[in-house]
Amino acid sequence: MNDTPTYLPESGSWLCAACNQPLVAAPVGVTYLQGGFTITLLTCPACGLSLVPEFLAVGKMFEVEQLLEDK
Amino acid sequence: MDQQGLHDIEYRCIQEEQPACQAACPLHVDVRKVMTLVRVGDLAGARKLLDRTLPLPTVLGRVCDHLCQGPCVRGSIDTSLAMGAVERTIINATGAATKPLAMPGKGKRAAVMGGDVSALTVAWDLGKKGYGVDVYVAGEAVGGHLLGLSELLPAGALAAELEIMGRLNVVFRAGQTLNAALLDRLGGEYDAVYVEMLDANFLSVGREAVDAVTLALLGRDGVFCGGFVTPGQPLSVIALAGEGRKAAVSMDRHMAGVSITASREREGACPTRLFTNTQGVIPLPGVVPADPGAGLTPAEAQAEAARCLECQCLECVKSCTYLAKYKGYPKVYARQIYNNLSIVQGARSYNQMINSCTLCGQCEELCPSGFSMPDLIVAARRDMVSRGKMPLWAHEFVLEDMAFSQSAAFRLVRAAPGEASCSHLFFPGCQLGGDPAASVPAVYAHLRAGLAGGVGLGLACCGAPAWWAGRQELAEAAMAAFRADWEALGQPRVIAACASCQATFARLAPEIPVVSLWRVLLDETGLPQVGVSLPSGPVAGVRLPAGPVAVHDACTGRHDVAGLAAVREILGRIGVAVEELPASGRLASCCGFGGLQANANPELAAATLARRVAESPRDFVATCSMCRDRLAGAGKRTYHLLDLLFPGGSDDPAERPDPGFSYRHEARARLKRQMLETVWHEPQPPETPPALPLVIPDVVRQVMEARHILDTDVARTVARAEATGRKFTDTATGRHLAGFATARVTYWALYELIDGAAHIHAAYSHRMNVSGVDRQEG
Ligand code: SF4
Ligand code: SF4
Ligand code: SF4
Repeated sequence: MNDTPTYLPESGSWLCAACNQPLVAAPVGVTYLQGGFTITLLTCPACGLSLVPEFLAVGKMFEVEQLLEDK
Repeated sequence: MDQQGLHDIEYRCIQEEQPACQAACPLHVDVRKVMTLVRVGDLAGARKLLDRTLPLPTVLGRVCDHLCQGPCVRGSIDTSLAMGAVERTIINATGAATKPLAMPGKGKRAAVMGGDVSALTVAWDLGKKGYGVDVYVAGEAVGGHLLGLSELLPAGALAAELEIMGRLNVVFRAGQTLNAALLDRLGGEYDAVYVEMLDANFLSVGREAVDAVTLALLGRDGVFCGGFVTPGQPLSVIALAGEGRKAAVSMDRHMAGVSITASREREGACPTRLFTNTQGVIPLPGVVPADPGAGLTPAEAQAEAARCLECQCLECVKSCTYLAKYKGYPKVYARQIYNNLSIVQGARSYNQMINSCTLCGQCEELCPSGFSMPDLIVAARRDMVSRGKMPLWAHEFVLEDMAFSQSAAFRLVRAAPGEASCSHLFFPGCQLGGDPAASVPAVYAHLRAGLAGGVGLGLACCGAPAWWAGRQELAEAAMAAFRADWEALGQPRVIAACASCQATFARLAPEIPVVSLWRVLLDETGLPQVGVSLPSGPVAGVRLPAGPVAVHDACTGRHDVAGLAAVREILGRIGVAVEELPASGRLASCCGFGGLQANANPELAAATLARRVAESPRDFVATCSMCRDRLAGAGKRTYHLLDLLFPGGSDDPAERPDPGFSYRHEARARLKRQMLETVWHEPQPPETPPALPLVIPDVVRQVMEARHILDTDVARTVARAEATGRKFTDTATGRHLAGFATARVTYWALYELIDGAAHIHAAYSHRMNVSGVDRQEG
């Protein structure tokens, strides 16, 4: 495991529909303007498709976006 | 904006000017603050304030002849505040004289010739500043005119202050002969000399012999004179103190070797530009002491102080939700904005403030000195844009909306069928064009039937959103595109249905003649089926409001006097009574859309709107589609004026909801197709039904609106997921979740497939790039 902030969906048992694989928590790169971070998201172990949960998008991500835009 | 530009802007806001009382006081005692403290019973606090400002406070505070009272604003309503009496109560109630804080000794010495109030003030002030002061007094007793005021001064009060002055390194030398010879001697021995001219004017000179600003005796370096008596004028103790203070400032600077003339405008009684609105102030008689001999008791002083208006301006702030929100006033904001723009590195904490003004211009109308927040804010936004510092969150969504209105999906500027040019061009604007219930086709037909010379149609965006966003170039490009079409059409007169369009034309293309639709309907074509010459009455097929209505004027149209009058006249003609809102016409308040407030600060825009709604329980009539939809969205029954002139499908148009962004887009595209088909008889290719229809419940749609997510954004994401299979599936619920990144935004949709339709459960977006999410090519 890694120690980056982890954002997993609050409910559900998620599969990657294309690969028919259960998702696993994995580090994912996130970039915006001059900012870059690594976070942990549910990701398809086969194709690498990552799941951004709603609470993350409208919460922390939104906050950080505004912060970076105001820099 | 440079420092000078900032000063010019700041100067225009007069909120920080002194109240009339303080300005009139030669020592500028903060009378307003004193009154505030006394009002709440804090006599000790008031005493502290007096101690800071007055020389010999326990003496002057008792004998001051209160020049502040004459110009008190309350004087023109009932009676001036009795500052003199209040001050006496404060001193009487708060104990003996105390030694003020003094600066460390400066090693320089000043001489004072005279023992009256101006001389004592010079000695007091210089003593506090750390100078050694020797006071040469003619008689045996120090105090001059103070000695004759024993009925106001308890025994020992003056002696106590003189004793304190002794502790401030002031030495009194009584029984001196004050003459030119002594002055010559002192001039040689001391670093500066003050000569009090009062009765012993041994120099036999008048005011003309001294510099008016510094009181420096002309031709005698280091000698300062004050306390001249003007024959026939009553002697004012506080004015004498004022002269002493002025001389002390000069002497301090002279001894410190700095400029004695720099920034001295505000010394002594001075004029003030402060404006205080006294409308609605209830007259209250001044408090009379129960025992006139004893003066005001503390309780009486408290009651008297409660009459103080605590004079200030804030005319703009009182009416504007935005200005009130940031807890300051324009002068303060100008400085904050300037600082925000100057930040090179680090967070710009005023970005949201800069982007939250509606640019409605109400402040400028209300301000007694014409301060314009819009001028300041637009300049700031442009500055941010030009340096690439405008955050995307502020306006991105609206600019995309504008791009849509400028695209082939909506844009259509042409002469009437079969004609190449026209004398008039109907320009509904993108908001009316986006009102699914709007009567654009009917209005266009009505104008064509009623006007000679050909009426063309202009479906486009005027560029107002770009102008609001500080994107000057984009706004000008939109206008340039329109101007080219306008020229090709033979430079027709533009008939604008939207006040914002009208204002934008006037601003960006003053050469294009523009008239408001309301004027044309009233003066030229006549109202539908009522007719200019026919008796008034409702238009056939229109159900009128049951009672009087309140007109919500568009803030951008506040200067269109003719248009504002036309709206009222039209309502009168069709038999609708009007009850004006408190803020109407020239003073109209914004609905919260102006200046893109709703985009940059949705909560504030909701508060702006709520305040407008609360102005009247009547149904509103709006002349702008965006205003109408926002008001309706806030639950306010609101008609568009056109609803009352051109019957639409709805039985009760005031109840129709805010269509929302997605529907407005669709309505614009549909309007263009409809006009092309029905007016120009150009068959349009059938609308391709979406491969996968969406079902969006109202609750989800509301969230999407707030998040600025369009149906098309969701449709694109779902279609892509279904075409490629790139999505997640929750085995527990059978729901799918798909994300897809467009150029700047990644949209996510949570959906369920039921009978060939995607039922949307949630939609959200982010602008950050996540490496594991699919992106649109290119
Ligand atoms: S009302 Fe109060 S603040 Fe205003 S001028 Fe009079 S004393 Fe000063
Ligand atoms: S919202 Fe309107 S009244 Fe308030 S500061 Fe802006 S332009 Fe002025
Ligand atoms: S109205 Fe507003 S901007 Fe004008 S002087 Fe008063 S506080 Fe300042």
